Amino acid sequence: MTLELGLNQQPAHLRQGSSIGQPLTRRDGFLKVTGAARYAADNHPPGMLYAVLAVSSIARGRVASLDIEAAKAHKGVVEVMTPRNRPALAMDPDAKDHPFMFRLDLLQNDEVRYPNQSIAVVIAETLEAATEGAVLLSPRYEELPARVGLDDAESFVPRGVGVGNPAVQHKGDVEAGLKSARTRIEATYETPAQYHNAMEPHAIVAAWDGDRLSIDTPSQGLAMAQGRIAGLFGIAPQNIHIRSPFLGGGFGSKGMISGPQVLGVLAARLVGRPVKLVLRREQMYGPVGHRAPTRQTLRMGMDGQGRLTAIDHHAKTASSTFDDFFEPAADASHTLYASPAIATSHEAVRLDTGTPLFMRAPGEATGSIALESAIDEAAHACGMDPLEFRLRNYAEVEPMTGKPFSSKALRECYSQAAKAFGWASRPLQPRLMRDADGFLTGWGVGTATFPALMFQAEARAVLRADGSGLMETGAQDMGQGAWTAFAQIAADGLGLDIDQVDFRAGSSDLPNAGIAGGSGHTATAGMAIHNAGAAVVAKLADLATENKASPLFGAGNEGVVARGGRLYRRDDENRSESYAEILTRAGLTEVEGRGKGAPDPASQETYAKHAHGAVFAEVKVDPDFGQIRVTRMVGAFAAGRVINPRLVRSQYYGGMIWGVSFALHEEAVTDRRSGRIQNANLAEYHVPVNADVPSVEALLVHEDDPHINALGIKGVGEIGVTGTAGAVANAVWHATGVRPRRFPIRIEDLLA
Amino acid sequence: MRDFDYIRPASIPDAIAAAAEPGSAYLAGGTNLLDLMKGGVTSPQRIVDISRLPELNRIERLEDGGLRIGALVRNADLAHDAAFAKAYPMVAEALLSGASAQLRNAATVGGNLLQRTRCSYFYDTASACNKRVSGAGCAALGGENRLHAVLGWSDACIATHPSDFCVPLVALDAVVEIEGKQGRRHVTLAEFHLLPGETPQRENALEPGDLIVAVRLPAEAASFAANARYLKVRERTSYAFALVSAAAALVVDGGKIRAARLALGGVAAKPWRARAAEAMLLGADANEATFASAADAALADASPSGDNAFKIELARRIVVRALTSAQAGTPERLPALPASPFSNIPGARHDA
Repeated sequence: MTLELGLNQQPAHLRQGSSIGQPLTRRDGFLKVTGAARYAADNHPPGMLYAVLAVSSIARGRVASLDIEAAKAHKGVVEVMTPRNRPALAMDPDAKDHPFMFRLDLLQNDEVRYPNQSIAVVIAETLEAATEGAVLLSPRYEELPARVGLDDAESFVPRGVGVGNPAVQHKGDVEAGLKSARTRIEATYETPAQYHNAMEPHAIVAAWDGDRLSIDTPSQGLAMAQGRIAGLFGIAPQNIHIRSPFLGGGFGSKGMISGPQVLGVLAARLVGRPVKLVLRREQMYGPVGHRAPTRQTLRMGMDGQGRLTAIDHHAKTASSTFDDFFEPAADASHTLYASPAIATSHEAVRLDTGTPLFMRAPGEATGSIALESAIDEAAHACGMDPLEFRLRNYAEVEPMTGKPFSSKALRECYSQAAKAFGWASRPLQPRLMRDADGFLTGWGVGTATFPALMFQAEARAVLRADGSGLMETGAQDMGQGAWTAFAQIAADGLGLDIDQVDFRAGSSDLPNAGIAGGSGHTATAGMAIHNAGAAVVAKLADLATENKASPLFGAGNEGVVARGGRLYRRDDENRSESYAEILTRAGLTEVEGRGKGAPDPASQETYAKHAHGAVFAEVKVDPDFGQIRVTRMVGAFAAGRVINPRLVRSQYYGGMIWGVSFALHEEAVTDRRSGRIQNANLAEYHVPVNADVPSVEALLVHEDDPHINALGIKGVGEIGVTGTAGAVANAVWHATGVRPRRFPIRIEDLLA
Repeated sequence: MRDFDYIRPASIPDAIAAAAEPGSAYLAGGTNLLDLMKGGVTSPQRIVDISRLPELNRIERLEDGGLRIGALVRNADLAHDAAFAKAYPMVAEALLSGASAQLRNAATVGGNLLQRTRCSYFYDTASACNKRVSGAGCAALGGENRLHAVLGWSDACIATHPSDFCVPLVALDAVVEIEGKQGRRHVTLAEFHLLPGETPQRENALEPGDLIVAVRLPAEAASFAANARYLKVRERTSYAFALVSAAAALVVDGGKIRAARLALGGVAAKPWRARAAEAMLLGADANEATFASAADAALADASPSGDNAFKIELARRIVVRALTSAQAGTPERLPALPASPFSNIPGARHDA
């Protein structure tokens, strides 16, 4: 298999000293640029058939008829799966045993709940035959009016938002705070529905052998996927083997197994042969999650010194008609700015869309662009520089809870990024800067933040008599560099050179590494790896220190350190022994240790834990046309210990570019009558191209966090989006004097 | 995939005979047709692959000073032909502002003329579209139409023609050379594309079997080389269709405009030659007031077809800027970001 070919055998990974902190290039990079990396859809087991989804073109109603005979008559079509012949499941796809079990469309009936919902699966000998078979089904519908916009349905207060946060929260008296304020602002901002659009579409190759199931599919959470499929099919989780060595991006859309992936498994069950199912790009706009639209109103009051007296952040959002996920946009105001009174509230409507889900910085991204715009408006209302205003309202403790931060180097982020950017020469008033070519020039700032989360993970470590090591955890690499960063942590945990470590991940038969999401994967699985390394080294130390023949005899397990494949006496570096010698003497071929990663409940209770950052952006705007170009961005981020600065910078770049995309490009354009998305392709659903991001700089601000976990790791995957989107919007205001209130910012909004 | 016949003719007459059969379509670069087929928007029963026909991929200087561009010349090859770019700089600039580098490497001159609209309702087979199914209605009316036409539209169709290349071509009096069953004929590009009227399914002057074999530029087209510019406003810097674009070319002598050419893109079902504006420019002083009057004349008949009134004002401003840029003189080098208002920003690369 490809995996064994290369991941541990890259000669380019030379390093000095310990592995953690080294800017290694991706260990999987060679496989990817040569095309040797095997993604899910690259698999082709013998006897495999192709499955293609037929999806609904209406938003709401029922399927009245399908021409199954015409599809089956097409040459190469083997079977058509519909609600009538879909294999039975052990549980109702509409059951919801816990809040993270999302309802799936698995042909349970003929109801249509959103456009692009699966209504049948055509299975054929070739992809072409299956594709044409799906067309020949010529579905007819009984259609009901679609509910498309935030004003199209009755609104309600959801029971919880995001991962179960209360929909309405407050501290202090916001109305009194506003009343006592010298200056007040109120503004409403709108953000559109956005779709993840990972480069790799959701794909699955599924093969049954009796009641055993083998799956190749991209997954950000292997154990969760395994458990979900096991529940649906009524088989033991260990009977399901999921391989997911590489993901071509996930961004949250591959966090939970989606309906179409399960339909691939069902199709394989139905025909008794392996089946491949790959979503077409347009089919990704519905059943695999999206970022819900929001309309957010912020009210702020400030005293005579520019100190906030109140923040009121209200967000209206949308979920599907049949499931609950509510974008927690207003919660962005819980953590960033000090205020004696803060209120956040959410309301929602139910629309005929697929269920919105986690999308890179869910809640933080939408909330951040509104909050950072409003903070900018507040600064302007007070006649203050927006950076000075942010420092004036710097939160020394978490504003909503009053908890101290486990660490917070945001001041350093502001100062380093401002200096690198050259912020000091910024004029206070908008529309004052022009460049030599006459373009309006503007500078904006935004504060970035994301919670430092940890979940649950396990790892297994082995040291072998030949001096090499093995580290196993079912971690997921979405492209962020998990293969490399975890191998670095493993090498240090085992006291070995990285080239001596066989690191295995991306498979469900390895220890559960939790989810690659919430920016918590490196901290969680990294700690499991670290602890597994410590456990196996401890066993080795016992073997040495308890054996009279060893030069380490009597040192005690705390009296030795592991380094470079040897154990050394802490008090006498001249006394050491190699792992190989210890194991050989003990007559063992290998020794094993296991470790877990999990948040520390006591420190969770005591501390607020967040990563922080500051982003500065320069935009140029054509004064006549309103066309915007981001010319320069500088971000500085403090997120605890950096395992690999090259990969971390890359995460920040990606996040910052996503922030540009949020402010200027991304929007699912939905027909207001049919509810169908009109730009479900990468030509018309705009994300930035290289020419849109000429200069991006990400500074890594040193931050020691003694409370977060033993390695001091926070997360870096999502924070870059936050802060950046607002910084770009604020720069557009500074350039033009026009305050963007809906996103993405459109040319017609700037045509004066 | 629907079955279809695939024919690779050895000669132009063979191609024409094959394509004259109902349900046939020519295949050249395939950058548009294959997407349309995959999406079920068109389902030709017979594909006539002309991509290997000899002699259609040549650029020839004609004895009368004109230029003949073979229909199979790739967009990228034409734009990077140094002599071509020198003589017709705004055409090269338009070509390089279109699509992406990969698409320009595949797309052909003839195919560019024949590319279909990007109206999303044309591509969405569940929506009504008079272009796709005559008489079905137009879902774009009353739909998501901020990108749609402001000139020459009808209640039957408000789609725009997406080409950049055609905009300076129509300004320069390009002529389409067509070979059909009755032999070879020439149609001006201005007359080649049709406005929708009541028959939006008829998009151009081609009859069944007709093959575009070349596009000709008359000798006069090169006389604008010193003062010509193509400008394109869009919502990302590359790989996006124009909201509005303009090609402007002038001959100025002693402050007076001796010749003027102006065309707009992204505003109508065809590349829009602004003849009334040209008439106003001719003989007038080359200054901002003149250009503003010309812009007003160019958009005099414009009206929004939906949420796109802003495009009319935007088009006026682009016309003024394009004329001003043309007067200032063709840039010595092709701008790093071709046709972009931001073309002069340092560090920008023309292959973006």
